[in-house]
Amino acid sequence: MRDALSLRGNHALLTRANPLVKFTAVTLITLVLALSIDWVSASVALTFELLLLPLAGLTVALLWQRGWPLILAAALGGWSTAILAPEAGSVLFDAGIWTISTGSLQLGLGFMLRGLAIALPAVLLMSCTDPTDLADALAQNAKLPHRFVLGTLAAMRLVGIMAEQWQTIGMARRARGVGSSGNPYQRFRATMGQSFGLLVQAIRSASRLAVTMEARGFGGATRTWARPSTFSGLDAWVLLGGLCIAAAAVAAALAAGTWNLVFLAHQ
Amino acid sequence: MTTSPGVRPAAVTARGWGWRHAGRPRPAVNGLDLDIRPGERVLLLGPSGAGKSTLLHALAGVLGDSASGGPGPAGDAEDSDETGSLLIDGAPPRARRGRAGLVQQDPETQVVLSRLGDDVAFGAENLSVPAPEIWPRVREALDDVGLGRLPLDHPTSALSGGQKQRLALAGILAMRPGLLLLDEPTANLDPAGVLEVRDAVGRCLDKTGATLVVVEHRVAVWKDLVDRIVVLQPGAATDSAVLNSAVLLDGPPDQVLAEARDMLIGAGVWVPGYVPATRTRTAPASGQLLLAADGLAVSRERPRRAGLREGFRSIAPRAVQSGIATQVRAGEALTITGQNGSGKSTLALTLAGLLRPVAGTVCVPAGPGSGPGGGAGTDPYRWKAQQLISRIGTVFQEPEHQFVTGRVLDELMFGPRHLGYGEERVDELLERLRLTDLVDANPYTLSGGEKRRLSVATVLAAHPQVLVLDEPTFGQDANTWAELASFLSELLDAGTAVVSVTHDAEFSAVLGGTELRLHTRETAAGSGPGGAASAAAPDSGLPEGAAS
Repeated sequence: MRDALSLRGNHALLTRANPLVKFTAVTLITLVLALSIDWVSASVALTFELLLLPLAGLTVALLWQRGWPLILAAALGGWSTAILAPEAGSVLFDAGIWTISTGSLQLGLGFMLRGLAIALPAVLLMSCTDPTDLADALAQNAKLPHRFVLGTLAAMRLVGIMAEQWQTIGMARRARGVGSSGNPYQRFRATMGQSFGLLVQAIRSASRLAVTMEARGFGGATRTWARPSTFSGLDAWVLLGGLCIAAAAVAAALAAGTWNLVFLAHQ
Repeated sequence: MTTSPGVRPAAVTARGWGWRHAGRPRPAVNGLDLDIRPGERVLLLGPSGAGKSTLLHALAGVLGDSASGGPGPAGDAEDSDETGSLLIDGAPPRARRGRAGLVQQDPETQVVLSRLGDDVAFGAENLSVPAPEIWPRVREALDDVGLGRLPLDHPTSALSGGQKQRLALAGILAMRPGLLLLDEPTANLDPAGVLEVRDAVGRCLDKTGATLVVVEHRVAVWKDLVDRIVVLQPGAATDSAVLNSAVLLDGPPDQVLAEARDMLIGAGVWVPGYVPATRTRTAPASGQLLLAADGLAVSRERPRRAGLREGFRSIAPRAVQSGIATQVRAGEALTITGQNGSGKSTLALTLAGLLRPVAGTVCVPAGPGSGPGGGAGTDPYRWKAQQLISRIGTVFQEPEHQFVTGRVLDELMFGPRHLGYGEERVDELLERLRLTDLVDANPYTLSGGEKRRLSVATVLAAHPQVLVLDEPTFGQDANTWAELASFLSELLDAGTAVVSVTHDAEFSAVLGGTELRLHTRETAAGSGPGGAASAAAPDSGLPEGAAS
């Protein structure tokens, strides 16, 4: 968990861009894709995003390793849309309540591609951005309150610790005779007990960490930054790239006549 | 006294100072009068409940409700309450942000950020040190604590416990505080880690000349570094008019240790040169085979699933230790030793049937599968939890991880009630481990020593033949230590087998038996992959015990 968020060994071009700019570019693409369910804009954006993988230091294998839940979710979303959407065009497959028609297949495909095209930039962003650098940029460039940003960052470290504690508490409770066997109710109760144990430990860890931070002077109105978050020429290119991908997706969909705004009532 | 630029040793003045925590009827500290001159090095001793940590937190300016920024209105039991005055350089600690730096006990929550350099810079940033000054300070601080060779982007999660405590010290040094406050900084560390931290503190004090206040009940570790020992007594006792001071004794280390030796020993303090009296084993004979491991490889990680291309087959995790063969017999003690990270706890948890072996077998010949009608076999990992606890009991390093109820008595009855037998043994355990007065208390509210005794009692209530303990003496005072060691030696004589992971040579000496020493991968020269283990008599070449 904690290792997955580390950037060590990744020296790709995009790791040097300002995290806030990367974040803005990703938001742009996501917003545009969220506007329309059509397979043209989604596949154009997806193609560009896949081409960008090497710039973020990602390979297809790494992408699968880190983003498989999202990819699976997109595929499932597409599949269920294809099955459940109202028929349009000729029916290709009919199994009682489950039917697939050309229209619903198109909608399902659009749904899946769109899901992927929206999820992929987020995976790209986190693969080439250290959380600490993102926090620096959010506090220094975006002027978000530093207490909130740094507090969240420190809490994220605890998530990794909690994953380890979950395993330890599970073993410790088994050693007391609380097992994860039996009927579903007994298992549910065992899980609830383990969750309570974890909650107690999480609160202890959090309050100790809070004392650590306060003892190091955290919480004052002003502070300086050892890592100034700055912009460079690369950032202009990143922003331009984001704009281009978003624009290309819209233009292609408009040209193909598939642009389909989600919030307009469609037949 | 030479000082590096920017560090001015701080003075501490307490006049009739007292503090009552919110919701507690009695003050933690009451009527404290104390003067600490700039540059003095003070070791703070006293029985648990004497308010040592409270004083340290107050000096660090982290005590009480940070939102209100000061003491609450007196008289309301829900609010904390401050009396008298406690000053650093003539001002309240809260007004002196950055003058004092605090290192606490738990290494894991001393780390704030995920990269080494960033973590050290954190305090300096908060004090608004100009950015160009911060990185030289960070490098200097890391050099001073002996972590200078690591790159600044080294992940903090990859550090050992001792390294994390030194990192916390570096983070404080980068703030250039005039007062170092250490709250049992070495209680959770192995002997090597204890010395690492102690020596780093010594170097930094020699260099900066800062004032030191350290709380620690292992006196031998700090005795030669401090020039004054202050013994506190519990605030509750000072309600009487006869004793009106929180300070019981105060003076040079040798003088205080000579005057108060008996009193300190009575309070459970580890006085140098004193090993608490323990019971000697009477019947060190070994009986039937209870547990055997063969070709065992262990890891905390679970098997991963391979990708789509390899058909999601299961990939075994990398073992921290492999090729371990050992036997545990009735009435026999086995001590697992080795450096941090050598997989001691992992091995113990695997032997205890809590982790799945990566390779090899753990076999309990008298498992539930051996009798008529049994079917669970001899591999404890495959047993149901209830089958496990009546055969192998495991006491974890952190007692709180094992609490499953909200009352001490329920905690003890939990195992017997689930098994359907053995409730009559609970009274005996309560008596033997001095828990009788606490039966209605919430386990989470007990003191450290009480929690340890309770966690041992709860596991024993299920009457296991094999008892596995992970660092049972870590952070324990001398009284709890002696009770625990004596109790376990009694159990051994009665035929229980005891497997313990420990750094504590005196403890293993009381238990007797054999030692299984694990070597880390790096230091195991020519032993093939996966480290190596060697067995030896318990008294041959063990490192100096953590508890001496």
